[in-house]
Amino acid sequence: MSAAAQPPKARISARSLTMAYGSFVVMRDLEFDIRERDIFIIMGGSGCGKSTLLRHLIGLREPAQGEVFYDGESFTRAGEAERERLTRRFGVMYQSGALWSSLTIAENVALPLEEFTTLPARTVRDIVSYKLSLVGLAGFEDFYPSQVSGGMNKRAGIARAMALDPDILFLDEPSAGLDPLSARRLDDLILRLRDSLGSTFVIVTHELASIFAIGSNSIFLDTDTRAQGAIGPPCFLRDHSESATVRRFLNRGEEGAPGKPAS
Amino acid sequence: MFSHYFTLFQGCCYRVCEIWSRFFSEAAIFFETGRASGGAAGAEALLAAGGFRWHGGRVPDSASTFPPRASWQQGGRVLRLEGSWHRDAPAPVIEGSPPAAMPERYEAEGLRGFDSTLPAFLLAHARTAGGAAAGPWQGLPENLRGLMELALSVPEKDDARSGPQKKSGLRELGRRTLQVWQAARDAVEFTGESVLALGRFATGRARFRARDFWEVLQQCGAEALPIVALISFLVGLILGFVGNVQLTNFGANIFVADLVAIAMVREMGVMMTAIIMSGRTGAAFAAHLGSMKANEEIDALRTFGLQPFDFLVLPRLLALVLMMPLLTVYSNVIGILGGMVVGISVGIPPVLYWNETLLSLTMTTASLGVMKSFFFGAAIAICGCMTGMNAGRSSAAVGEATTRAVVASITVVIVLDSAFAAIFTILDI
Repeated sequence: MSAAAQPPKARISARSLTMAYGSFVVMRDLEFDIRERDIFIIMGGSGCGKSTLLRHLIGLREPAQGEVFYDGESFTRAGEAERERLTRRFGVMYQSGALWSSLTIAENVALPLEEFTTLPARTVRDIVSYKLSLVGLAGFEDFYPSQVSGGMNKRAGIARAMALDPDILFLDEPSAGLDPLSARRLDDLILRLRDSLGSTFVIVTHELASIFAIGSNSIFLDTDTRAQGAIGPPCFLRDHSESATVRRFLNRGEEGAPGKPAS
Repeated sequence: MFSHYFTLFQGCCYRVCEIWSRFFSEAAIFFETGRASGGAAGAEALLAAGGFRWHGGRVPDSASTFPPRASWQQGGRVLRLEGSWHRDAPAPVIEGSPPAAMPERYEAEGLRGFDSTLPAFLLAHARTAGGAAAGPWQGLPENLRGLMELALSVPEKDDARSGPQKKSGLRELGRRTLQVWQAARDAVEFTGESVLALGRFATGRARFRARDFWEVLQQCGAEALPIVALISFLVGLILGFVGNVQLTNFGANIFVADLVAIAMVREMGVMMTAIIMSGRTGAAFAAHLGSMKANEEIDALRTFGLQPFDFLVLPRLLALVLMMPLLTVYSNVIGILGGMVVGISVGIPPVLYWNETLLSLTMTTASLGVMKSFFFGAAIAICGCMTGMNAGRSSAAVGEATTRAVVASITVVIVLDSAFAAIFTILDI
């Protein structure tokens, strides 16, 4: 498939990445490239290791085998200082937002800015309210995470992930548990951020509507074979994937005929 | 004489304060410089000169050669943006005074690149000037316009801003008073509820899992033995040493046995056990119930028709009330052994020491501490469970609840103990 060919510029690449908890292998031999400005979807059934793959990509877990590269530099073999430098390039939003509950939303977004930059307090405040405006949370600066809804926590999580202007954003289940309109707005937000900032997104999700709406490339993790089921743009995989499992997944159980264009 | 000591004490206090303030100011400087040196990490060249580049997280070289500048021209109708707007560049130069209305157009030919600082600057002005998503954004580069539209697409929520309210001493005093009143009511309510729950338990109507009860029993009973033994032994040892020094002056050091035995059995044994259990078990109760509350686990119990109080508080209360007397007796014995070690080391034969100990203790004396331990156990369990059940729904609230549990239970234990001391004195026991 096209993704397997020489990529123009791969921001993130996985090479024979094997993930394991002790002797239990979650997924073996994952090979994929995430290119600049991609919205890369990690999908698969529940418990197949989507979030585990995300944790491997951001360095919270070490691969049992294989390597992860950022812009051609090995992240897996990097030393501590090197790793910190690479880490600065991406921002992560965790499944439930993972905002620090003792800080207000504004303080959550401001903390990385205060720790890693020398900006004056006023500029930090402007940047924080700008980031919150981007995710539609203007005016919620002084609220604590426990005072706002789950969806707002997620959006604030995205604002915090963007605090240091990283050009790669990892989002873990951004639209899970959101109402359809908020989920739609979030998809919109992701597309507009990608277009305006040129960021690369890596998104773990199994919301089909969002997968088709925003995904420009995707990987399907197959629970049965414990290997990557397919790689390619989700709309293409839905109708043309060689694997019946992938087609079933993307058609909500109604199997599309292989190779036959549905439209 | 007294004033001399007072001056000395004052001097010491000043010295300590000085050392602390110096420590803090140096720590602050350390963090500041640490930050300053960390900011420039990861410098990378700007790829294309000219054009509008988004420097996501990278520092372009142009940052120092093209300082950011914004100038309001033609009475604020035109905003001219120049240079490289980056957070590691020098602070932007703002020329002219910002107008009250949005500019009609922008001149961005001299703009070399930007990160979040530029849209943040524009947004801050747009918010005060009543800017809307629709613009006008003439002259802004495409991606910057997209960001501004996105940022302004949802109006700012201003009615519910829970910002700092007007400070007023009277209001603060009222708030504090109400808080204290509320806390007192909570405590009384919780204690009453505990008594009712015990009543339900006695009549067999309380429902909780026996397994939970045994688990808590093990945690606050058997697992506490080593630490109680260590502390009690050391306290016995200390009492023995202190008593020995004084009593030898009278040539009556055999009475060390009496001193240690009575002090341990009446006060120190139960007190030390209570303090250990406050720190160990009371805190654990508060943390456990607090995180259950934060995870909505307590709500889940309630929706199944289970009384969270009976299910969670009752087993803990029963377990601690049952275990505290046993631990107290254990602590008394170990403490007396500690005193005996001192006695032997200063030449009192063990048999003599033991006989003297038995002579000094009556059944009444021995049961006083044990009697108190029931109340202390109940107080610790109630303080721990109450702060846990009333905790807020965040991780910070759990920590706060744990602290409050320990402070409250130690305070209550000591207050109760003084009350008992007064009662025993009046009753002449």
